Amino acid sequence: MRRRIHPALVGFAALVFLFLLGPLVIILGASLSNTTYLAFPPEGLTLRWFENAFEISAFRRTMVTSFSLATLGTLLSLAIGIPAAYAMARYRWHLPRFLGNVFVLPVLVPEIVLGFALMKSVATGLDTPIYTTLLVGHALLVLPYCVRVVGASLAQFDFSVEEAAVSLGCPRWRAFFTVVLPNIRGGVIAAFVLAFITSLNDVSISIFLTGPGVSTLPIQLLAHMEQFFDPTIASVSVLLMFVTVVVMALVERTLGLTFLAR
Amino acid sequence: MTVSLTLDGVSASYGKTRVLEDLSLEVGAGELVSLLGASGCGKTTTLRLVAGFLAPDAGRIRLGDRDLTRLPAHARDIGLVFQTYALFPHLTVLDNVGFGLKQRGLGRAARRAKAGEMVERVGLSGFADRYPANLSGGQRQRVALARALVIDPPLLMFDEPLSNLDAKLRVDMRVEIRRLQRANGTTALYVTHDQEEAFSISDRVAIMDRGRIMQLDAPEVLYSRPANAFVADFVGFDTLLPMRAVAEAGDAVRVRMEGGATLDLPRSDWTVPAQDFLFAARADGLLVAREGAGIPARLGLRTYLGRAYQYRCETPAGELIANGPLSQPMEPGETAVLIPNPEQCCLLPAET
Repeated sequence: MRRRIHPALVGFAALVFLFLLGPLVIILGASLSNTTYLAFPPEGLTLRWFENAFEISAFRRTMVTSFSLATLGTLLSLAIGIPAAYAMARYRWHLPRFLGNVFVLPVLVPEIVLGFALMKSVATGLDTPIYTTLLVGHALLVLPYCVRVVGASLAQFDFSVEEAAVSLGCPRWRAFFTVVLPNIRGGVIAAFVLAFITSLNDVSISIFLTGPGVSTLPIQLLAHMEQFFDPTIASVSVLLMFVTVVVMALVERTLGLTFLAR
Repeated sequence: MTVSLTLDGVSASYGKTRVLEDLSLEVGAGELVSLLGASGCGKTTTLRLVAGFLAPDAGRIRLGDRDLTRLPAHARDIGLVFQTYALFPHLTVLDNVGFGLKQRGLGRAARRAKAGEMVERVGLSGFADRYPANLSGGQRQRVALARALVIDPPLLMFDEPLSNLDAKLRVDMRVEIRRLQRANGTTALYVTHDQEEAFSISDRVAIMDRGRIMQLDAPEVLYSRPANAFVADFVGFDTLLPMRAVAEAGDAVRVRMEGGATLDLPRSDWTVPAQDFLFAARADGLLVAREGAGIPARLGLRTYLGRAYQYRCETPAGELIANGPLSQPMEPGETAVLIPNPEQCCLLPAET
């Protein structure tokens, strides 16, 4: 039996998709437009704005900064987040419950406030180099994702497996690496991807922490937009989207997106 | 090499809650002892203390002449079988079994040979390259067993190993466990809440309650001669009547039960342990008859058990359950006597 779907529902669903995908299509179109201003539908087709994005040294520099920040910040965050998630899953009954929420605080505090606080306390207070401050900020920003996603993975893990390893003569620290880690691999990868993308696209924390000589790609994009309103902005956006899609697709192919949904 | 396991005055607590109170236990070399009790009685805590996952507040744990009390868990050399099997999901059957050998520094070839041999012994040849996710519950438990046995431990411990299996498989697996344990002559400690499982598999069973061992004996002794009211109730004595010896009646002792009824217990059949005592019986041990020396009763609801009729009986001491022969069905409302069979009842010292 085929279920009849009400035409209004079809229409509504189409509107939702239009709403979600429309901006992406517009940006993609605008990035290809052969005009010196953002135009949609594109007038003429060219790839020169993509070329331009790589030719402007500020974009090249900030791309490197953004990718290295996203990579290092995520790794730093995982280095803190995995042990934290492990401790909270393993000693659930012995630890106070608010501990779990502490690690989610960066999500609850508006990012603007977080960025401002970091600027006040770390950047100006301790006078740390800009890159270091950015790294700390990004690690903090993505920490909730790391703790939550790895934690979700650990919640499914039967800790008697770890005890079995110990009973067979494996010291506990080694059991973590040989038995626990391989079995939460999916969660760790998913956490890495989520955190990486979040860090790569972040504006609100970075805007407080960038400074002379050091900036991130999204911040550079804003700066560029204030002076030139040309399709380079669109092409850089498309590149950022492209990286995100490729990473997501890789995860989907290797693990399935269910890891992210969990 | 078979050694004995000794727990000497062991106490343990979770936070402020005492879960084990001055527990002493000896499992002889090559013996299989079960810890039996309801959840929260301390049986799993005892096992975890021996395994080294918990530290005792007081007392010593020894295995042969080794003192385990302060030894880290990975250095205790104990084979453990878990309720959830706890197989390594990311390793094949062969690598699961070989894990303990790897920790002992065995080379790859030797490891695979020895693990392969053990996989075969538990009847899983052909499954060596499978992952745990692709095995049935029974097969997983065999892998867990092989993994614990292959390191040739002086002590094997089982934590409710069969409770995730269906009824038929449970019976097969417990026979298998017993067979392998006997063949290796390994000392074993077995934790379960299933009385039939504990009784069928063990040399001796410790019945536990609230962190103490209530009685440690061979299953036959526990079943027919419980030492106290808790154990009697646990092994199915559903009638527990407080009684008091009140007079001599020739070669019998006259006892009075609650409600005032009296009963003469011939000295040749019964040994009254004290003036105040508990009379314990199963339904089988109280025979419903029209007349004789017994507890006066009025019959209530009758049910058919196949081998006998079972009656709810109103007596001066309250409602009792007793069985009557199939040859003489009696009707609700009739008056009868319940005659205790000395072979199937026991007299216990009253609780203090």
